[in-house]
Amino acid sequence: MKYIINNSKWFYLLSALMMATAACKQNGNSEKLPILGKREAVSKIVNGNELIDTLYQTIPAFSFLNQDSTEINQSDFSNSIYVTDFFFTTCPSICPIMSRNLLQVLDKYRGNEEVKILSHTINPKYDRPSVLKKYADKLGIEGNQWEFAWGPQADIYKMADSYMVFAKEDPNAPGGFEHQGWFILVDKQARIRGAYDGTDADQVSKLLSDMDILLAEYHEQ
Amino acid sequence: MSNRSLTVLGTLLAIVAVLYACQGEEAIRKAQYYTNGQKLYAQRCQNCHGSNGEGLGQLYPPLSDTIYLAGNLNKVACMIKFGSNETIEVLGKIYDSEMPPNKDLTDQDIAYIMTYIGNSFGNELGWIKTEEVTNSLAACNKGD
Ligand code: HEC
Repeated sequence: MKYIINNSKWFYLLSALMMATAACKQNGNSEKLPILGKREAVSKIVNGNELIDTLYQTIPAFSFLNQDSTEINQSDFSNSIYVTDFFFTTCPSICPIMSRNLLQVLDKYRGNEEVKILSHTINPKYDRPSVLKKYADKLGIEGNQWEFAWGPQADIYKMADSYMVFAKEDPNAPGGFEHQGWFILVDKQARIRGAYDGTDADQVSKLLSDMDILLAEYHEQ
Repeated sequence: MSNRSLTVLGTLLAIVAVLYACQGEEAIRKAQYYTNGQKLYAQRCQNCHGSNGEGLGQLYPPLSDTIYLAGNLNKVACMIKFGSNETIEVLGKIYDSEMPPNKDLTDQDIAYIMTYIGNSFGNELGWIKTEEVTNSLAACNKGD
């Protein structure tokens, strides 16, 4: 009996130690995601002292129509982190895998107002909002946590550039468009925080855990 | 070769021969077709129909409707080769998206794939032979 009591003392001590290190880890910088993209150092004068500040690349303002033909713009995404991708509804190759994987993201964060998904069609000629609506319905998506974006082709392709995703019309590619299956993770300040191959199961698990890390940034203190 | 190793070799050969006879040519063929079909399925079909044949929402139908598959073998061979853009009912749900053609697949490839899906996801249709696929394709009136 004595022996057991002795042991449990150690147990308490050990668990206290473990809790302390875990807490350190959460507050430390080691758990933060990097900020991706170009950055610029700007100097500004504050109280007579020169300070160097870093300006991070941010996603520029946009305005598109969603699957309900309602306007969506950057302010619809400023209170949430979001995952974005570029696809088209008739894509025979990688898009079905990307959609299946984004459904996994939706399932994990369903109803969480801090998480959104934004899928841009790169074939706006065919994928009118009504076509996007049908696609969303068939995927079983309700509401607006997952928005589908439609707009002039040039605007969409410019957005792809800002997210650093390659997309172009190419009659030789499957379905007529060449593009990459990236999922881009964007924070509430419109900065890029991660890029993942949306067709790869391991990368998608990484995205899911990175999203938790990013959300934690907004919940510290 | 020593007498000893000859005996061992002989015994091994006998075992293989017995196994072969037990399994039967048909079962061996089925296993070969199934394995080849599994690879082709991963390359050509899995993106839409899923690694477990589960499909995707109401966009892409599951391949686990054993009654549908058993009753539509000719049609399925045609769908794989020439694509499909009809309205069909699978496991009680309506599907009307487009399945793309695979015109570069040979009759043999299609037999591999059909043997794979025909013996996965709950289906038990046995070995689907290349001649059967050739006959199905001749009857689908879609050659161009
Ligand atoms: C781009 C997505 C896509 C790909 C790739 C695809 N299919 Fe399909 N498949 C569909 C759709 C959509 C339908 C329903 C077609 C219709 O409504 O006319 C379908 C229907 C079927 C059906 C009949 C219905 C059922 O669920 O049993 C079978 C069998 C089938 N596909 C097998 C395959 C095989 C085998 C391959 C690979 C060679 C393949 N499909 C590749 C989308 C796809």
